[in-house]
Order: sequence, then C-alpha cells, then structure tokens
Amino acid sequence: MLGFVLWGVLAEGLFGVVAVAGRRVTSIGTVIYGGCLAVSLSVALTAVLFLVQGGAPANDALILPIGLPWLHAHFRLDVLSAFFLFVVGLGGAAVSLFALGHSRHPNKHYPDPTRILPFYPLFLAAMTLVLVADDAFVFLFSWEFMSLSSWLLVLANHREKGNADAAFIYLVMAGIGTVALLFAFGLLAGVEGHYAFSAMRGAPHTVALATAVLLLALIGAGGKAGIVPLHIWLPLAHPSAPSWVSALMSGVMTKVAVYGFIRLTFDLVGPGQWWWGGLVMAIGGVTAVMGVLKALMQHDLKRLLAYHTVENIGIIFIALGLALAFGANHRPALAALALTAALLHVFNHSVFKSLLFIGSGAVLWATGNRNMERQGGLIHRMPGTALAFLLGSAAISALPPLNGFVSEWLLLQGLLFGPQLPQWPMKMEIPIVAAMLALSAALAATCFVKAFGIVFLGRPRTPEAAQAPETDRYSLTAMFFLAGLCVLVGILPAPILDLIEPAVRLLSGETMAGAEGTNWLWLVPVDAARSSYSGLAMLVLTALAAVTLSLLIRRYLSHGVRRSAAWDCGFPDDSPSSQYTASSFAQPIRRVFGTALLAAREEVTMPEPGDTSPARFEVRLTDYAWNWFYRPPGRLVLSLAEWTSVMQRQSIRRYLGFMFATLIILLMVGMSWN
Amino acid sequence: MELITEGLIQIAQTALVLALAPGLTGLVRWVKARLLRRRGTPILQVYSDFARLLRKKVVVAHNASWLFRLVPYLVFNAVWTAASLVPTFSTQLLFAPAADLIALIALLSSARFGLALGALDIGTSFGGLGASREMMIASLAEPAMLMIVFTVSLFAGTTHLPAVAEYMSQHQAFLQVSVLLAAIAMVIVSLAETARIPVDNPATHLELTMVHEAMVLEYSGRHLALIEAAGSLKLVLYLSLFCCLFVPWGIAHQAATPLDILAGLGIWVIKLAVGAVLLAVLETCLAKMRLFRLADLLGGGFLFGLLSVILMFVFGSL
Repeated sequence: MLGFVLWGVLAEGLFGVVAVAGRRVTSIGTVIYGGCLAVSLSVALTAVLFLVQGGAPANDALILPIGLPWLHAHFRLDVLSAFFLFVVGLGGAAVSLFALGHSRHPNKHYPDPTRILPFYPLFLAAMTLVLVADDAFVFLFSWEFMSLSSWLLVLANHREKGNADAAFIYLVMAGIGTVALLFAFGLLAGVEGHYAFSAMRGAPHTVALATAVLLLALIGAGGKAGIVPLHIWLPLAHPSAPSWVSALMSGVMTKVAVYGFIRLTFDLVGPGQWWWGGLVMAIGGVTAVMGVLKALMQHDLKRLLAYHTVENIGIIFIALGLALAFGANHRPALAALALTAALLHVFNHSVFKSLLFIGSGAVLWATGNRNMERQGGLIHRMPGTALAFLLGSAAISALPPLNGFVSEWLLLQGLLFGPQLPQWPMKMEIPIVAAMLALSAALAATCFVKAFGIVFLGRPRTPEAAQAPETDRYSLTAMFFLAGLCVLVGILPAPILDLIEPAVRLLSGETMAGAEGTNWLWLVPVDAARSSYSGLAMLVLTALAAVTLSLLIRRYLSHGVRRSAAWDCGFPDDSPSSQYTASSFAQPIRRVFGTALLAAREEVTMPEPGDTSPARFEVRLTDYAWNWFYRPPGRLVLSLAEWTSVMQRQSIRRYLGFMFATLIILLMVGMSWN
Repeated sequence: MELITEGLIQIAQTALVLALAPGLTGLVRWVKARLLRRRGTPILQVYSDFARLLRKKVVVAHNASWLFRLVPYLVFNAVWTAASLVPTFSTQLLFAPAADLIALIALLSSARFGLALGALDIGTSFGGLGASREMMIASLAEPAMLMIVFTVSLFAGTTHLPAVAEYMSQHQAFLQVSVLLAAIAMVIVSLAETARIPVDNPATHLELTMVHEAMVLEYSGRHLALIEAAGSLKLVLYLSLFCCLFVPWGIAHQAATPLDILAGLGIWVIKLAVGAVLLAVLETCLAKMRLFRLADLLGGGFLFGLLSVILMFVFGSL
C-alpha cells in the first residue's frame, strides 16, 4: 500500500512537469486538476483500506536508494500517517474538484494559471511525502518542499498589493520553522546520527533533551500550524493564494504540521512530562482565543477564515496538551479520549475549513471582491453556495448536530476528567483553559453569524453583488460533498472514530472506551451513565417535530405568505448602506474584548459645524505578538546591520589598513598556535 | 415496561413544557403588573395571543430568502427539543441520553445562531443591531453557562442530566460553596439567556434598549408565534434547569410510583410559579442596564462560574 502512495506522489510530481510542458494547451487545467483529484482520492481510499485492516501487524516500510549517498530514503506507512493521509487525500480531492471547475472558466480576478498549475500537484505531493517519511532527511526535505511549493503558490498573484510581503514573511517563518525542526531531529539523532525514525524511537532520551525537542517541535511544527505567537504569517499568506490553494493551506497543510508535532512529541521522543501538557494546553488556549478575536475584527472574508484556522489549531493543541498530561500521569484511557478529540477535530477542521475557503473562492469569483463590506444578499444569487457555506459556518461554530460540535464535546468531556491529574498547576490551569475553549466557541458562533450574515444575507451592497452568478457544477459538487460530510460525521461519528481508533491506540496504548463496539448511534466517551450524545437522535427528534408542526399549522391554522415591503419600524430605508456592516456587527465585541486584548483604539474626526468635509472614523488594532516577539529582534538585526555597515563606507586606505591588520593578527595567531 | 414508562413520561413532558410555557410568561407579566399596581392582563391572555398570531397570514418582506422562513421552525423546535430533555418532574426521560447538559446548551446556541441569521436576512438596520447585540451577550453568557455546567458535572461526576439531578437531590449540594457560586452565576446567565431585565427588556420596542425584540421585528403571523413561543419555552427551560440543578427535590427518580410522579408534577408546577414570581419581583426592582455595562454583569457571572470550577478542581468538593 505504501508503494501505491509513493506512485501517487510520483504521478503528482509528473503532473508538475506536464503542466510546464503543456502550458500552451487550453485544457491543461482540467488534465492537471483531474489527475490530482484521481490521485488524492485513491490515496484517501488506500489509507482507509489500510486503517480498516487494522493497520496490518506488519507495517508497510520501504527503503529506497535515493537521497544522500550514504543514507537511503526510508518510507513507512503506519496507522498515524494513514489517518493523516486520509485527511490530506480527502481534502485534496475536494479542493481539486473545485479547482477543476474553476479552471474551466478563466476569470480576470485570478492569476495566470501557468503560475499555479505546475506547483499545485507538487504541493500535494510534498504533503503526502511528509506523511510517509520515516527518516529525518526525507521528512525535512519534503517539509521544506511543501513550504516552498506553497510559497510559490502564495506568490501566484504577486502583483496584488501586499502579496509579495505576505510571501516574504511566510518564507522567513517557514525557514525558522525548518531550522527548528532540523535541530529537533539533530538532538533526537544523537552523536552517532541515526536519522531513521526507528532508531530515534528506540533510543533513550534525557528529560532535558526531550524538553528541548518539544520546544523545537512547537516552534517548527507549531509555527507551521499557526500557534500564537508564531501565527503571524498565516493570516497574511493563506488568503493571498488562489482560493483553492488557500483551502489546501488552511484545511490540509496545517494538519500536516499537526502530524509533525504528534510524530515528534508522541512518537519519537517517548514518554513525556506532565508539564509539557500544561505548556501545550496554555499555548492552545491563548491561540484559540486570540485567533477567534482577530477573526472577528476582519472584514476580508478570506483573512477571517485564516484567523479561524489559528483558532481551530488552538483547539487541537488544547486536546493534544491534555493527552500529553494524561499520558504522563499514566491515564492511557483518558489520553486516548483527548487524542480522539484532537484527531477528530483535525478531520473536522480539514473538512469545514476547505469547504469555507472554496465557498469564499466562489464568492470571490462571483463578485470579484474579498471585502465583506461589498457583498450582501448573495443567498438569492448563489443559493447552492449559500447553503453549503451555511452548513460549514454552523459546523465550525460547534453547533449540534454538525461535526464541529462532536469533537469539541469530546474535548470538553476530556477536560472534565482534569481533577484526576494530581499536579496542582494542572488543576488550576484546566478550568481556565476550559473557559478559554468555551469563550472561543461562543465567539466563533458570533464570527460566523457575521461572516454568513453580511456576505449572504441582507441586501446587496454593490452592483457586482447584485449581479453575482452562481458558481459552476463542479465547484458546487465539491462544496456539497464537504457539507454532506459535515452533517454525516455530526450525526454518525462512529465510522470516522473507527478510522481514528488505530492511531489513538498506537499513541496512547489504549482506546476510547466507547470507540469500539457495535454502538453506532450513541457516542459514549467513557461510560453511558456519565455522558452520551447522539446527534442523529437529536436531529430526528427536532426534524420530526418541525415537520409535524409546520404541516399542522399550515393545514389547520394559516398558510401562504403575503409579500410586502420590509417593516423596519415603519421607516424602511432604501439605501443598502443603511444595513449593518461587518465592522458594525463586530463593534460590541471589539468594545468588550478588543480594548484590552487587541489594544483597539477608535478615533473619530468630526468636522467643525458648518464644514462640509466628511467625518472620519478609524479603528486601530494592535497584534501584541508583533510588538513583543517580532519588532524587538527585527530592530536588533537592523541596528546590527547599521553598525556593521560602517565597515562598508571606508576609504581605500582604511581597507588596506584592515587587510594589513588582519594579516598581522593571523600571523600572530599562527605563531602562538605553534 | 420501563421503556413504556420512559416513553410516556417523555411524551407527557414534551407536551407539558409546551402547554405551560405561555402560562408562565403570562404569570410573570401579571405579577409584574400587580407589583406596579396595575390590574394586568389575565394570565391566559398569552394563549389567546398565540392562537391569534397562529391564525394570521404571514407578511414577509420582498427580499426575504428561504432562510428567513425556515428560521422560526428551526428556533422553535431546537428550543422545544432542549426543553423536553430537562428533567422536570421525573428523571425517566426516554431521550435524555441523546443530549447531555453540554449538548443541551449547544442546542440552544444553534437556535440563537439561526435567529441571528434570520434577523440579518432582510437587511434592515434593526435586524443587524439586534443580531449583533444578541451575539455579544451570548458570547459572554455562553462561557459562563459552560462553567456552571462544569461545576455541577464535576460535583455529580456526570454530564448526564437525570444523573446530575439524582445526585444533587441525594447530596447536600446547596451546602457546597462552589455550587452556591454556580447558582449565583446561573441566575445571571438565565436573565441574559431569557432576555429579561436587566439584560434586555421584553416589554419595550424602543430601539435603544431592545435586543431580542429588534431581531424579530420583521416576523409576523405564525412565524412570530413560533419565535415568541420559543422565548416562553426558554423561560420554562431555564427555570426548570435551575430547579433540576440546584433545587432538585421532588423530582421522581428511577422506580418511582405513579403517585411520586404526580407529586413531582405538582412540585414542578409550584417551583415554576415561585420562580416566575421571584423573576417578576427581580425585574420590578431592577432597571435595564446600559448595553456596555452588561459586559460587567455577565463577566461577573463568568468569573463566579470560573471560581466555582476552580474550587471544584482544586478542592474536589468544597
């Protein structure tokens, strides 16, 4: 099966070459995206097959004589990588289908396809390759390949304002991350330099070394996933790419980063310390709250979604931290519960975030604008996109009976076992992290009421929005496929939990109590007397009541509607600009939370009485991460550069003097050496 | 046999919460009027109001979408489902395992999500205003509610509502400091969630004070009836939930005789009535708060909840 996956990677690599060779062919987009769709789908199916067989006792491993001359390339497929392959394959397939649809109708808002087509399959191939890597060299090589190919895709639209800066910051951050991972693997490999994962797994590691690896993994893999304060590149780079690439970066690439983190901390390092869990949870909590708060303040639809990725990564890291803490305290069953929550959220987020990003792509294509303040009323013009986007919004807001709720519910159930941790700091921390999780879930709902309400509901704010065409059938199919998954996994999570179960067993040695067994209807994390949930029962109950009720009312009481002008307290205003905007919708939240957490400052400039110039209202937000973590080192580097640049402005005599002095010093060193 | 009993009790509860909801709203209104030395409308007036609204034809704005017409059914049924899953007079509810306490709260947020979208659909400034404020209040009240859920779940060792109710009635829950703090937080959250003074004023249509009323401004006829009914149901739900969590005495447990169940029913109705009178007194004594003062009130509720959870975590049960 591993061979099949590698053939898929090779095929995608070839698509990249084909895209360059056939750049003059008009239907090249269809070929490339169709090919990527087929490969991604078969990779996902392979992964499912592998997982259904219970991961086969003899794991798939392969050593190919490529790469460095003294080091063969190791590949291996185990249940953890298979689960992530499933996520990547599924996301890649849906996104490729959308891209296939969009490549068929070129649009002036999209960059030249030749700047996307060669790199798109390479990006997919790199992500797949990271997941099957079994030594540090292959891992880092494909990791860096993944960064660079996505960097090229971010640059696809390089002429648009801000994109080049976003790509530069992305490149710098990706470089820092790779260096951190390089050190992490270096520490794990030890002085003998055993770069194969199997050697690292077996070797004993001291606590100090293991902790250093954890911190480096947080910087390298966590930064790629977008944890605060390393998230700054993410909301810049993800929206700058074409929408389907944004979907891949947010929905899928961040999951590959989470995979990297899990592989390093849960698998390679070995048993952890309890306070690692505390650290990871704290980072996760802060990431979740700051991500969603920043998302609420955006009025660029794609940037809003990118900040939401930060939030969801925070949720995943809370769950991972909880699993680390439980694991370190020898509570494998509870660690399994937290890990199940984390991996289910990985899957869920990849589904609804890909859906929302391609939905925003459809909106961008239809109206030519990412700014939410210039949309409105699209539910009438784009009914299919609106329905799919609505389902995705409800799912990401963790509303039952959709899938986002299931994973957050599992995580909350895990947090409720917090008192079983004996350490006092954890006892204090877990309630606070739970509160942060609750806050971020509530704010996410607010944020998506805003996103869906301003873009799709109300009256069109511009002529473009009033004339927006519905997107094509391929794109709609992709969106409804993902939206259907949101509903299906929400009401029947059991099949996905079955796919997660082997990976959880691998990492924690246990499995979530309710995960196995024949009970498909009820989700029981530990014990039926303690807690249970059934989205299907809830949905059936509510839907049954709704249908009966509406039939009864229509039959016996009143039916039909009369259309009329809006009531609006008797003074309807024809101008669409009288509606609430995205900024006004978020204003109460900005006042309540933003003043302290984002240093939000509002500035109103009113003209003098009699002056006809317009009044101005300005809002300024500060990201503390920039001020605290990036500006000081940036200033330091600049001042060092200033200081050393003195050397570059000297006369020729001085340079000769420098050379002479260097020579003298070298001679003196050489003499004293002897 | 047990299945039949549970099914019957579930049906009775589902019907009863709906039947009692308008009466409870009417009672609150009547008591408030009496406290202000007005005569007040009869308690049963709310029932005829609903009957009248349900018979009327719906007037919908020209640019309303399908979502606008779907929302009333969604909101009403989500709230109704939630209300029928709270143990009120008996813990033997057939569908109780479908949604625990956390899912119940989340179901109510689904309803709110729908209502806020319905408010934005026509594109009037009032709708946006109401939706924006409602979501702001919710994003403060919901975490506070979850903290309360955490406290009682940690105390009872379960999030399964009937089990929580049974545990609470068997142990001296009210003697616990953390449970007491959670109860205070729950009062604040309930006021916010049911749109009562000091958070919202259910009796005004002044744009400066209204939150919930601004959202439903465009609804009429049967749609309005459903949304108003959902509001009444929410009041029943929060009072019942409060009683179930903090004053659980009298609720019939497993293996209860029919007489116990009848007694539980009577006690529940009395609890609701007492709750309604207390709410009316509270509302009469307080003034509506300014919108941005709410952050202090609800933040206070949140802190009470957080404090109670931390106490529960650190000291096991204090």
